[in-house]
Amino acid sequence: MNVVRFERAVRMGAKNLWQYKMRAGLTILGMVFGVSSVIAMLSVAEGAGREVQEQIRRLGSNNILISSQKLPQEQFSGGQSGGTSQIAAYGLTYEDANRLAVRVPYLVSSCPAKVIQQTVRFRDRQVETTLVATVPQYPEITNHRMLAGRFFTKTDMDKAAPVCVIGARLARTLFAAHDPIDQTIKLGNDEVYRVIGVMGDVYTAKSPELTNKPLWFVGENQDVYLPLISYFKRSGDLFMHRTEGSSTFEKVELHQLILTVDGEEHVMPAYAAARDTLRTYHKREDYQIVVPLELLEQSKATRRLFNIVLGAIAAISLIVGGIGIMNIMLATVSERTREIGIRRALGARQRDIVMQFLIETVILSITGGLIGLFGGALIPKIITLLTNVKTVLTPLSFVVAFGVSVAVGLVFGIYPARRAALMDPIEALRHE
Amino acid sequence: MRRERDVEQEEAALNDPILELREVSKVYSNEQLQVAALKSADLRIEEGEYAVIMGPSGSGKSTLLNILGCLDRISSGRYFLGGEDVSGLDDDALSAIRSRRIGFIFQSYNLIPQLNVLENIEVPLFYQNVSERQARIRATEIADRLGLGARLRHKPSELSGGQQQRVAIARSLVSSPLMILADEPTGNLDSATGDEILHVIDELNAEGKTIVMVTHDDEIAHRAHRIVRLKDGEIVSNELSEPSAGGRAKPVAGGTNR
Ligand SMILES: Nc1ncnc2c1ncn2[C@@H]1O[C@H](COP(=O)(O)OP(=O)(O)OP(=O)(O)O)[C@@H](O)[C@H]1O
Ligand SMILES: [Mg+2]
Repeated sequence: MNVVRFERAVRMGAKNLWQYKMRAGLTILGMVFGVSSVIAMLSVAEGAGREVQEQIRRLGSNNILISSQKLPQEQFSGGQSGGTSQIAAYGLTYEDANRLAVRVPYLVSSCPAKVIQQTVRFRDRQVETTLVATVPQYPEITNHRMLAGRFFTKTDMDKAAPVCVIGARLARTLFAAHDPIDQTIKLGNDEVYRVIGVMGDVYTAKSPELTNKPLWFVGENQDVYLPLISYFKRSGDLFMHRTEGSSTFEKVELHQLILTVDGEEHVMPAYAAARDTLRTYHKREDYQIVVPLELLEQSKATRRLFNIVLGAIAAISLIVGGIGIMNIMLATVSERTREIGIRRALGARQRDIVMQFLIETVILSITGGLIGLFGGALIPKIITLLTNVKTVLTPLSFVVAFGVSVAVGLVFGIYPARRAALMDPIEALRHE
Repeated sequence: MRRERDVEQEEAALNDPILELREVSKVYSNEQLQVAALKSADLRIEEGEYAVIMGPSGSGKSTLLNILGCLDRISSGRYFLGGEDVSGLDDDALSAIRSRRIGFIFQSYNLIPQLNVLENIEVPLFYQNVSERQARIRATEIADRLGLGARLRHKPSELSGGQQQRVAIARSLVSSPLMILADEPTGNLDSATGDEILHVIDELNAEGKTIVMVTHDDEIAHRAHRIVRLKDGEIVSNELSEPSAGGRAKPVAGGTNR
């Protein structure tokens, strides 16, 4: 069929539809919902996928995360003589870190940390925050990026220097517009530390724009990072754990240990070795091992289920829209039986008739599809607004939705159109 | 009754008839019964002739006309249109013949209600890939000739019966067909308006168009060169007549079947 004729057929179809605006509008509405739900579904699925990937990346796919876990039935032990308060001792020890460093295969690095809730003060300002006492490799292993100054070094560590790095948001709250570098802050029991750097959030490839803005306007990081040895020398392993109302002393040597191996394929054997080692030396399971890579696998499985359910809902709404279109086209065809007879008598071939009705159907479905694109772009925004669920619109989802709407028009239009074309011209002419 | 024919001699004739039926039958069959609407019909019509088909209701007049117009297929026999055997052609080929060589006029006008006068006239050209501009020019020209010049943008529902039939005639003429087939074109019109339409058809014939028209009316039949009478699907008579209307009584060549 040549292009000019096709273009004329399209205009003719549009004109015919325009004569039944109400009917065409309602038919289109069915398509709008179908396509919107496809796009919304794709964007929710994409958002969930990105969220998980983000988390995994934050944790590192080559990492094994071991953290100390306080058991609920934990009996207080190691009570200090003479005090009324008792001390809960549990979790990973320095000795564990050493053993794991020796026994876990494929190990590239081992990054221990103490993670403690503390107050931090600068002059009259005071913020409740998290201290992370760790080693110089920490930012690299956890994918954090520095925004200003530097992270502490091995030298700082060896000298047990009283230096610290603060999160960007903490820098904002404590120092407002002032440069925090080389200021001194007080932690816990008035331990004095000098700020040597400001740390941003976990680095993501998606935020290059951060570099162009003043450092104290970016980042949600509120933590304080300091050398493990510096903290240990000043505060020891004992700290106060505050829960609602009461407070207890706890003794935990390491809260967290991040083991990094040389490749994803070695994560599982390393995990097995770490687990066995810890089992041997811990009577109770006062620790937890998390393998991000495994989380990734689990999330893939749940995401597949999620996609199937959402996809089925979207497919059903598209089918409903398609059936609506087919229904209307069947009605149109039977209403215009006589016209079909006339056109056939005047020289229209069967394929001309097929084309005429198929074009009308596809116009309906594409119009519905286009409006559905807008709806589909809007719905995820509303979802995010109301539920805080992350949604991501990809260009692909628009292509898919548009393609699907054309396909629905063709699939559900072919039957009415063929029915029109295969009518006997004489019978059609006699039709009242 | 069967007419014997010398086929060899006919084919040797210098100019082919515009249409020729040889022992054409049409049987409609459904689940229960078979209806022989046309029984072994033989018919020749020469170019430029004005033929009417008459007969009682149900005698097969419309069936015959539809077969002549390639709108219906024959059950047996052969049909030659302009010397070409069209009995075995497929649907697309028949559509092409209807499009280029045949103009239909119906009793009930059969205009497309949502299209205006010009657009209705242009419909046949759409299926011939005539450009829109060209189609518009030709449609306007023909509409003017038929006195529709003031009504070009009107919808069929805004026209009188006579005007609608004029639109239908214009539409049948727009692709300059070999012949015009009309099934009781005045059946829905009062006699004055019917006369106007018949006059238009007379003029077309005078210009050389072949006309085949179904009618019940003996008066109308006498305008034609040839009167074919049908009864129960059989051609019972096929005679030349001296046209009574107008001064266009030029002798008709051929058609000496009897
Ligand atoms: N589609 C069909 N199926 C079965 N029988 C049919 C069909 N079309 C026509 N017939 C029969 O064929 C015969 C001829 O019909 P046709 O329409 O040709 O008659 P007609 O001479 O045009 O009559 P009228 O003057 O009433 O228009 C009739 O007996 C009719 O019942
Ligand atoms: Mg009839």
